[in-house]
Amino acid sequence: MNHFLRRQRYLLDYSLSSLARRPGKHLSLLLVYSLIVFLLASVMLFTQSLRREAALVLADSPELILQRLVAGRHDLIPSNYLERIGRVRGVSGKYGRLWGYFYDPAVRANYTLMVPRDREIGLGEIQIGAGLASTRGLGVGDYLSLRSAHGEPFSFQVTAVLDPQSELVSSDLLLLDGADFRRFFAYPQDRFTDIVLRVRNPREVRKIAEKLTLALPDTRPILREEILRTYDAVFGWRQGMVFVLLMGAVLAFVILAWDRASGLSGEERREIGILKAVGWETGDVLRMKFWEGAALSLSAFLVGYLLAYVHVFQYSAALFEPVLKGWAVLYPAFRPIPFVDGLQVATLFFFTVFPYTVTTIVPIWRAAVTDPDTVMR
Amino acid sequence: MQARSLYDIGYPQRKSTSFLAWLCLGAVLVGLSFLHAAVTIRAETPAVAQRARFVANLDLTDLALFTEARYTRHPSQADLHSAFQDHPMALEHFPTGSLVPATASSAIRP
Repeated sequence: MNHFLRRQRYLLDYSLSSLARRPGKHLSLLLVYSLIVFLLASVMLFTQSLRREAALVLADSPELILQRLVAGRHDLIPSNYLERIGRVRGVSGKYGRLWGYFYDPAVRANYTLMVPRDREIGLGEIQIGAGLASTRGLGVGDYLSLRSAHGEPFSFQVTAVLDPQSELVSSDLLLLDGADFRRFFAYPQDRFTDIVLRVRNPREVRKIAEKLTLALPDTRPILREEILRTYDAVFGWRQGMVFVLLMGAVLAFVILAWDRASGLSGEERREIGILKAVGWETGDVLRMKFWEGAALSLSAFLVGYLLAYVHVFQYSAALFEPVLKGWAVLYPAFRPIPFVDGLQVATLFFFTVFPYTVTTIVPIWRAAVTDPDTVMR
Repeated sequence: MQARSLYDIGYPQRKSTSFLAWLCLGAVLVGLSFLHAAVTIRAETPAVAQRARFVANLDLTDLALFTEARYTRHPSQADLHSAFQDHPMALEHFPTGSLVPATASSAIRP
């Protein structure tokens, strides 16, 4: 065992010297390789973190939401639908929600206006999300003037700024009283935006949804599991989209690596020939080249992964912010929580280190099994 | 007596020593990243629980990540045609809209 390890170390010494003989070529390869790993790892870590956070945070969202559809589009739901739903076994509570969007031309941002059920807000008062507060430069006691649906200016006094800890879900929220909401949007008194149903047993939700669809055919139920699945799909999709976009860069790298590995230069062929002529066995040459590939790919993985970790969890994935933000003005300030999936990291390790190491060995094997004299010529 | 190489007497510094030291350092740093992740998750658990309570109290359904259009602000609530509100064959207007897929379909939903 000791002999084996000593032998591998000598081969590694030789491989590293061989890499150091062409520093420019190998350093540039290491740089590009590390960059590819960095990008792939950043996307993976960021989407995994958001996916987990969404699953945890939205785990207590309403079990069932009932929306009314008119001609395939979302419409306001009449309040008498609450009576029409009647008593459904398994439903512990039902109530209408009032919420909507407001485009503020002053900062070109969309706000989500909502009437909360868990707190009392006085007439003419509002509570706002931290993102909205910083975008409009508002604090407690300040006034926010918005133009209503009838074109009249409405002045609201800010009585609280929502906890910045919850910015991921409340950045653009504007909470106000129900009467204010209806007056501001000229909202019909007998309508809600949608209806929330609280269900005690999660296994009954689907059955209840089926019953509601039969009783109220112009509605569609949205289940909590669908909300969670939506976010799983959103981040899976985003990750997939970014991977597709990155595929060009990955393919370019694969071609570069393959070209470097398969098209042995005359110098490398001569080196192999000399090594064989001085008594190296084919196995030794292969091991030496294996160490060369492993040194490069392991280093690239370590550099790429560690930089990606720092980028995502220390610098809040600053490079991806423009992609997520789009044209939005309000973007929540949040630092992703490092929900690192060991299996994903292992997969990344396997798919970045293993193929490169193998591609370097195959052409060397072909050169190493040929006669030294032929190789050197 | 067995011949000893310059490497064996410690001069010059073996390249493999530096490389193995770098590998060990990298492995330790990767290990530390997992440790950092575990510690941070533990520290952030109350904040996540608070966010979940906030969501439950206000009956929220979506993250406020993509606020540029209503169907990207609440992807779980938007109807399937929102992205094509201008014209059935219209190209997607908002940048994030091209990254947010249609909501997950189900047997119950139309």
